Amino acid sequence: MTVTVELNSRKVTRNIEPDMLLIDFVRAEGCYSVKRGCETSNCGLCTVFLDGLPVLSCSVLAARADNRKVTTLEGLLEEAKEFGAFLADEGAEQCGFCNPGFLMNAIALFREKPEPTEQEIREYLAGNLCRCSGYEGQLRAILKFLEWKKERGHK
Amino acid sequence: MLTIKEYKKVESLEEAWELNQKRSSRLIGGMMWQKMSKGNCAVAIDLSGLGLDQIREDADQFEIGCMVTLRALEQHQGLLSYTDGAVKEALRHIVGVQFRNTATVGGSIYGKYGFSDVLTLFLAMDTYVELYRAGTVPLPEFAAKDYGRDVLVRICVKKHPGRFVYQSVRNTQTDFPVLTCAAARLPGQPFLAVFGARPGRAVRLFDDNGILGEQITEEAAREFGKYAAGRIKTGGNMRGSKEYRTHLVRVLSERAALSLADGRENRNDCHS
Amino acid sequence: MNLRTVNKPVRKIDAMQLVTGQPVYTDDIAPRDCLIIKLLRSPYANAWIREIDTSRAKATPGVWDVYTWEDVRQDGRRFTCAGQTYPEPSPYDRLLLDRHMRYVGDVAAIVAGETERAVDLAIKKIRVAYEVSEPLLDFRQAKDNRILVHPEDNWETLAAVGADNLRNLCAHDESAEGDIEKTLKESDIVLDRVYHTKACQQTMMETFRTFCTIDTYGRLHVVSSTQIVFHCRRILANALHIPKSMIRVSKPRIGGGFGAKQTVIAELYPAFVTWKTKKPSKLILSREESMTASTPRHEMEMHVRIGASKDGEIQGIDLYTLSNTGAYGEHGPTTVGLSGHKSIPLYGKAKAYRFVSDVVYTNVMSAGAYRGYGATQGIFAVESAVNELAEMLGIDPILLREKNMVRQGQKMPAYYGLMNTSCALDRCLAKVKEMIKWDEKYPVRFVGNGKVRSVGISMAMQSSGIPGVDVGSATLKVNDEGFYTLLIGAADMGTGCDTILAQIAAEALECPMENITVFGADTDASPYDSGSYASSTTYVTGKAVEQCARELRERIVALGAKILDVPAEAAFFDGREVIFDDDGERKSISLHRIAAYSMDGNTIALEVTKTNSSPVSPPPFMVGAAEVEIDLQTGEIKVIEFDACVDCGTPVNTNLARVQAEGGILQGIGMALTENITYNGKGKLYENSLMQYKIPSRTDIGHIHVAFENSYEESGPFGAKSIGEVVINTPPAAIADAVFHATGKRFYELPITPEQIAMSQI
Repeated sequence: MTVTVELNSRKVTRNIEPDMLLIDFVRAEGCYSVKRGCETSNCGLCTVFLDGLPVLSCSVLAARADNRKVTTLEGLLEEAKEFGAFLADEGAEQCGFCNPGFLMNAIALFREKPEPTEQEIREYLAGNLCRCSGYEGQLRAILKFLEWKKERGHK
Repeated sequence: MLTIKEYKKVESLEEAWELNQKRSSRLIGGMMWQKMSKGNCAVAIDLSGLGLDQIREDADQFEIGCMVTLRALEQHQGLLSYTDGAVKEALRHIVGVQFRNTATVGGSIYGKYGFSDVLTLFLAMDTYVELYRAGTVPLPEFAAKDYGRDVLVRICVKKHPGRFVYQSVRNTQTDFPVLTCAAARLPGQPFLAVFGARPGRAVRLFDDNGILGEQITEEAAREFGKYAAGRIKTGGNMRGSKEYRTHLVRVLSERAALSLADGRENRNDCHS
Repeated sequence: MNLRTVNKPVRKIDAMQLVTGQPVYTDDIAPRDCLIIKLLRSPYANAWIREIDTSRAKATPGVWDVYTWEDVRQDGRRFTCAGQTYPEPSPYDRLLLDRHMRYVGDVAAIVAGETERAVDLAIKKIRVAYEVSEPLLDFRQAKDNRILVHPEDNWETLAAVGADNLRNLCAHDESAEGDIEKTLKESDIVLDRVYHTKACQQTMMETFRTFCTIDTYGRLHVVSSTQIVFHCRRILANALHIPKSMIRVSKPRIGGGFGAKQTVIAELYPAFVTWKTKKPSKLILSREESMTASTPRHEMEMHVRIGASKDGEIQGIDLYTLSNTGAYGEHGPTTVGLSGHKSIPLYGKAKAYRFVSDVVYTNVMSAGAYRGYGATQGIFAVESAVNELAEMLGIDPILLREKNMVRQGQKMPAYYGLMNTSCALDRCLAKVKEMIKWDEKYPVRFVGNGKVRSVGISMAMQSSGIPGVDVGSATLKVNDEGFYTLLIGAADMGTGCDTILAQIAAEALECPMENITVFGADTDASPYDSGSYASSTTYVTGKAVEQCARELRERIVALGAKILDVPAEAAFFDGREVIFDDDGERKSISLHRIAAYSMDGNTIALEVTKTNSSPVSPPPFMVGAAEVEIDLQTGEIKVIEFDACVDCGTPVNTNLARVQAEGGILQGIGMALTENITYNGKGKLYENSLMQYKIPSRTDIGHIHVAFENSYEESGPFGAKSIGEVVINTPPAAIADAVFHATGKRFYELPITPEQIAMSQI
């Protein structure tokens, strides 16, 4: 079947198998930031935006993305660098394999709730597993980033 | 994983129903669980072009399209206030935001999964299921009977002035529940407690013998807990034994009764 | 010491690449035309393949080939997949494809094809007739059982580890000092308990994966997510029966390891397929395969006897450990040793100790290396026993430890008789006591709603490399404009060792971090390194880097002096220039110019390789305290605060040391509370996915606080010891004791589940 997907602001028309998953579609298009960490929708590594909402690309058919917008970290590089620098300053990126999915969902959180509480941060990102960091450094990075954003907003 | 020969985004419910009459076809909701099945599917039927992703609220009821995501459900202000937050408490543990952005209400209800928080929640309310052919049937009836290859279109929740509470016990915060318990105090019916993840499909238990009475006391709540533990059939699986589940039925039903006692804060959100 | 780069929170040199999702991992850089490999796995725990029909599978369009035991000489020499220094202590008990299936998940066939779809289809078409035999599933019954996991004639052991395949023994060992029986007999009080820990999974986010190509010279190039490029080269040569010279192994970025990638798991199959077909191939293990057919922690049962005087002086510790290595012996003989040698030495006053161990084969998934490597299990047992001893004696568990803990300057008989050269364990304990507000919170408080909060504590130690065995090397060279390249064979698996080693180089070379680029690890280009495991990289390889940088400075001075035409002894290098200053006669030349000169008519190599091995392994120490909140009715439990203090000598990178500790602590919490392993009666593992094997999410934990109390280890680079593994060891015993304080019930097995807690209260 043929699908047309607006992938990172670029229209892509491809002939695909009907059971192709969105993760395999975007990786085939060179969006290698999108990682597979499980087969059971648990890890959050494959998080992309579908029409602006974070979804698990391992659990969405590419067919479902027909005529819709898909965004991966490759399409959010400026935001990724801005927030990612805070993660890097904590050393909390560690192995990095969960980072793209984590950054995607963190960016979704910042867009939806610009001033989340700590509990809201934990709940929003609960579906993003990380085995290296113990999450504490990620939390520090988020809180410092939000503080920086707030200060910048006041200026 | 599931292999799919043909993907069909239908243009009408009639078309969906027609296609779904073949055993080799499948209706796909969020596809979260179906993806993990090992079967083959000749036609995957996608309802997402039919505008069924809306929640409509009026004075009497909520109409929830089958393609409404769990995330949309938990964020719906009307449902949140009608259920005192029970809807959020029921959904917030389900894997993560991304998962709930895709998983659908229709998929959850249609699957009648034993572990379903969604089914437990809606069984505590005055809920009806609208099927394309069979028409509107009460949710408890839908949960209990086989409606063959019909298409679930939407679910309706009739509003009544009442109170709801939702609790679950999990080994980890985002795991499947070991036991779910939703409860309702609604006018014109006895106190209702619903238990899911027994691990079987959710079932309802009314306080038909009036154990709780009008003013729910701690003593009465304790008695109700014992009553529920005696009545609700449980079993064991890797998340918990039969004995533990029966113990939890007692604890959660007692707590549910207490938290819906007059003048008490209910326990929704207390498990943060 | 005035440090400029070491002991600072330097950003990881690959950090921005990682946080922006750049394609730097194995599957991101694999050629697009790789043959896809999948494995047919045994559904039986103990079976022989009577017949295997692959004809229909081979005929599937797009399938390149299918391989079975018939393609591998069954009487050929066996090998081990354990990444260890040769001769490996692990027995040679594997074939690449074996007719005997020894656990549910053992490999029966390899399928290679052009697409995943074709390979999936072909796998379904393979017909196998198994001769199914009764499996040996209970490790307590394994020794001298009539069912033999390795009955074969060509089973082999290279080291004297007490192994005997005809007794299902992978290893047996005994060590002692003093008369333990007499000491226990003379003790006022003897505690005698048995503890059990399960085969927890490393669960790194990137599953096992490898791709292979044939290079310009017809050699096999293996690109793999591995911690051990050099060992991997040897293992593959053994498995394929080809010369080591025909193999090159390199690693890109690794998506986490925790020891899992210290064993060859995925590499065998693409190496075999590419060597046979001369076509590129890749194998990405699914999460299910990673959970069911890899090498998790060794399940252990530990019998502890501990004797003490009435006033709380620990007199002697007797430990017997039974370890389950599963179907194959990877890391079996070595992990078990740490259960005693890294738990018993925590108590320096004991007059006697004895440590006896057996490691047995069973028909479950093979075990391997996982952060802590046996110490985690042993420390859970010994520290739990000490906590219970404190209760029996009516002494605060912190006070009991203050009385008995090992201190700097003591000899540690159970730790290979080595001296405790650097130790801030006492300061760590004092710090944690303060961090958790022990005196306010110990032992338990009721907080309403049926909930209680309680605290518990544990100490821990580990090692810094394997003494006298591990080898770390570094090559440093000066390039144009005077920037340096640091070549290493150690593997950064996310831990940040590329950065840490560059920091050590920058410190010793007095240059900014930006002047150092890092390359590694690649068997063709890197200097030899055992690999990144056994908490060795910072201490062993780091010292090699320091030595290397110091020698390179001498070379720079030599060449600079030659250009300046001054005697080298009278010149020095300040990181920027070589300077000659003799009573006012000052000459200097910049490194930039020396570098240019070095490439023009020069005969002094501005390149140095240093190799380091340490005869000692100074232990890092740690104290951790848990505060848990428990719903006594439902049994739900959450660690709301975990406070820890680490002595890793000088932390080379303060940020990375802290994150290592935080991450390790949460893994330990998972082991204590949620990560369960259960098998059905036929040896099939239930926890086969992230849906069933529950590692903690960020909603399962409160806050983890980590502090450091530094000792200074003379033998380490700038005073450093290791940190990678010790950090996982404190949560199990600390949490188990906190649970006791809340419930009055002692738990001797992990994980401690809500069900167990709730049912103990009825």
